[in-house]
Amino acid sequence: MKKILFFVMICSFALTATAQQNDKYTAAMQKNISGLDSAFKNPDAMLALANNFNRIGEAEKTQWLPFYYAAFCQVSYGYMQLEKNKDLVDDIAAKATEYLNKADALNPKNSEISCVKSMIATSIFLVNPMVRYNEYGPQSQQYLEDAKQQDTTNPRPYFLIGQGLRYTPEQFGGGCSAALPILEEAAKKYETFVPASGIAPNWGKEVNSQLIKGCQNN
Amino acid sequence: MRIFFLLWGLLTAFMVAGQVKISGHVKNQNGKPVSGVSILLKGTYDGTTSDSLGNFSFETTEKGNQQLEASSTGYTTYNTIIQIENKNIINDILLKQSITDLEAVVITAGSFEASDKKKGTVLTSLDIVTTAGADGDITGALKTLPGTQQVGETGGLFVRGGTASESNIYMDGALVHNFFYSSTPGIASRGRFNPFLFKGTIFSTGGYSALYGQALSSALILESNDLPEKTEASFSAHIIGIGGGLQKLAKNKKSSYGFTYNFTHLGLAFAIIKQKQDYFQNPVYHEGDINFRIKTPKNGMVKYYGYFSTGKVGYRVADIDSANLKNALHLKNPNTYHNINWRQNLNNGWKLFTALSVSYNKTEFGQQLQNSANQQLIFQYPVGYEFKNFDINSTQTFTQARVVADKKLGGLSAFRFGADYFYSHEKSTFTLFNGSTYTGAIKDNLLANFAETDIYLSNNLALKIGLRAEHSALMDKWNLAPRVSLAYKLKHKDQLSFAYGDFYQKPEAEYLPAAQSIGYAKATHYILQYQKMTSFRTFRTELFYKNYDHLFKTGLNANGKPQVTGNNGNGYARGIEMFLRDKKTIKNADFWISYSYLDTERDFLNFPYRMAPNFAAKHSASLVLKKFITRLKVNFNMSYSFASGRPYYNIEFDAGQNKYMVTDKGQTINYNNLSLSFNYLPNIGKKDAKTFGVLVLSVNNILGQKQVFNYEYGTITGNKQAIGPTSKRFVFIGYFLSFGTDRTEDAINLNL
Repeated sequence: MKKILFFVMICSFALTATAQQNDKYTAAMQKNISGLDSAFKNPDAMLALANNFNRIGEAEKTQWLPFYYAAFCQVSYGYMQLEKNKDLVDDIAAKATEYLNKADALNPKNSEISCVKSMIATSIFLVNPMVRYNEYGPQSQQYLEDAKQQDTTNPRPYFLIGQGLRYTPEQFGGGCSAALPILEEAAKKYETFVPASGIAPNWGKEVNSQLIKGCQNN
Repeated sequence: MRIFFLLWGLLTAFMVAGQVKISGHVKNQNGKPVSGVSILLKGTYDGTTSDSLGNFSFETTEKGNQQLEASSTGYTTYNTIIQIENKNIINDILLKQSITDLEAVVITAGSFEASDKKKGTVLTSLDIVTTAGADGDITGALKTLPGTQQVGETGGLFVRGGTASESNIYMDGALVHNFFYSSTPGIASRGRFNPFLFKGTIFSTGGYSALYGQALSSALILESNDLPEKTEASFSAHIIGIGGGLQKLAKNKKSSYGFTYNFTHLGLAFAIIKQKQDYFQNPVYHEGDINFRIKTPKNGMVKYYGYFSTGKVGYRVADIDSANLKNALHLKNPNTYHNINWRQNLNNGWKLFTALSVSYNKTEFGQQLQNSANQQLIFQYPVGYEFKNFDINSTQTFTQARVVADKKLGGLSAFRFGADYFYSHEKSTFTLFNGSTYTGAIKDNLLANFAETDIYLSNNLALKIGLRAEHSALMDKWNLAPRVSLAYKLKHKDQLSFAYGDFYQKPEAEYLPAAQSIGYAKATHYILQYQKMTSFRTFRTELFYKNYDHLFKTGLNANGKPQVTGNNGNGYARGIEMFLRDKKTIKNADFWISYSYLDTERDFLNFPYRMAPNFAAKHSASLVLKKFITRLKVNFNMSYSFASGRPYYNIEFDAGQNKYMVTDKGQTINYNNLSLSFNYLPNIGKKDAKTFGVLVLSVNNILGQKQVFNYEYGTITGNKQAIGPTSKRFVFIGYFLSFGTDRTEDAINLNL
């Protein structure tokens, strides 16, 4: 009896541990995800988030989301350096790629991962557009095309294409008139998009509607 | 049983309550705090990021031996085992900088590098192509950098008081002879190769690596493209000709081949832009090239490039010694160059590079004395005019084999060694007015061995030490050239570099065979450079001193042809140069300014004594501006070059005193040249465009400022005449088209 009880105890401990672990994972992810919005105003916080997500990923080993977010935060940190510390961006992009490759290995051909791949390629060519566009521009576009096909309900590839066009000069085929239909397409998809879980990627909706507003007022 | 539950409860409570704080401070070797460092307990969620003061603190419930890890880009990852009990832990961290490409100092003394991928380069490959006034000639763009001379009467690079023959040009490790088209006297010729062929350019104005030799002044090191990014066809039509080509990338992206053909005919341009010369044969060139590139395992690559060209030109100019007579000059110049090379990564950090190149150049040059009806005149009275009728045919055959082995030594340090073998066979036949011919031929086998090591003592201090030994079979002499350069980082963006080296060169074939046994000419370089480089601004200044020794002296042989008589020439060049490139001050624009001060004198060839040579101006300056006007889709380029007047001399052989004398001298007017170019890119940014076109308009010397490069003297009368450009301005207009997007690629594939 004692033996059986002990066995049950052990099992229940193990179960509790797993449940705790899962709760701990979700809680930790949620906590860090909730920090994302404010981190867009603070590069140091963004880098800290990237480190946090990477820690979770390294501890969990089998979850793709922590590495995905680590890469997303790292590349966002890179965008924040484009203005003042351009020469850091290549290394930041390399680190983001390192994180993203781990996510990609755990969850290949994922639409969200393709979106971040595109963001990384864009950050690299923005360092020196005149020279690097030929190589990284088409790469970035291709990843977004992949993302569209990998998940037709995902609004983010549309949002990223629209955002890119919005900031491309009109003479180069960009501007509001080119961006608006695509941003509106993204908005439609944001309305119907259902994230797989509370911690699955679900960003971009607000910026998208701001971009639409900005263009409509133009 | 109850006890068990109690224990269980306690254990659980303990697990929650037993948090321990781990804190500390992160600094680097220089004692500076490091922020943004990721600190964690390996395999757990617990950790943090260091703040702007390098401090960190986090809590953990983990117990026992745990691995504490700290990592940040640019540093080697820190690891330590800490034992966690119930007490808070303070663990300070010292991060060591990893010696990385991004952080390490780069040795830049004496060299300008253009590359798209490497950091710390001053120029990109696009800069070379888009510099106004360069007309797509690689060396044209380099002439806007400090250290170079605005020499317009002949082709080539004149660097820091050196002649054009003191500058060597290399393509993928192999020396390119006859890089410039053969030219007629007083007219500068262009470089043969399209600047779009190269992904990397290193232009050394002194103190270059032991991997290269036989150039007293300068080395221009070009690295050709690897595989193209996509299959692409191109076509161009412009005022001086048409061209087309194809670069085909294999489906698996592991190999490619390509070819181009260009036809140049200056008839139309010369009909519009008046030339000083009267052309009876407009300059006409056919040029073709072929290439293939094959990827080998471990990022290795085999590349082949082959070039063929033939060109001819003929024109009449007024004879300098008479009022009514003319000189009719004609030139033919077939040329071919081939280079196959293989670079391969091997095991244990070894790399191997091998190259084989072959080239052949033929120059058929002749001159006739003609009357006003364009009929040839051969008369022997007055004496001397008959010698204005002659022909010179010359051929040059060169072969080079090269092997370089490179071993990585940890960090960025490396050791490399190798050998070059050069074979040269140069022949020339001089035919006089009366049909008598003089033939000369020079063959040489030159062997060079070299070794070089890069030593990175830290991110702040790098050292390069090299040694080169050469043996020429013709001269039957060895030379041994040490080269040393180092760079020290003062602050994050500031650095000092220093270079020292000995450089040897054998005489040019046209002065051989020598009258007596001779040694190599020698130059010793000392260069001190300060550079400050940020993302938007580069400033550098360089002090140099160059000592020339054993320069070749010439005299006249029995046939009246200049010949090397000895090695007792000498000279020096010293100066200061400045370069500033700024991408920030003017929005969407990018400009650079360069200035050179040069003080040089030399006694060489037929100079009667040590004097300032006629190819060296004291002050040279350039301003280059590039601006992209988005609204118009126009890339606007401007360059302004200035050089102070150069000395000129009439050096004549005085038979009575049996020596050369300066019988007249002076100084040319200052040189000014403002050039503009506009590139209009109508399809830029159009996503579905099948073609990419560039419309180019460029104007050289738009203000029509008077330019005098030098003076020539009549051999009979001593009449003096200025040598200037062939026309006041030159205008180029052309359209370059490439198509290679996905759909047209299919179209191309279908038609192949």
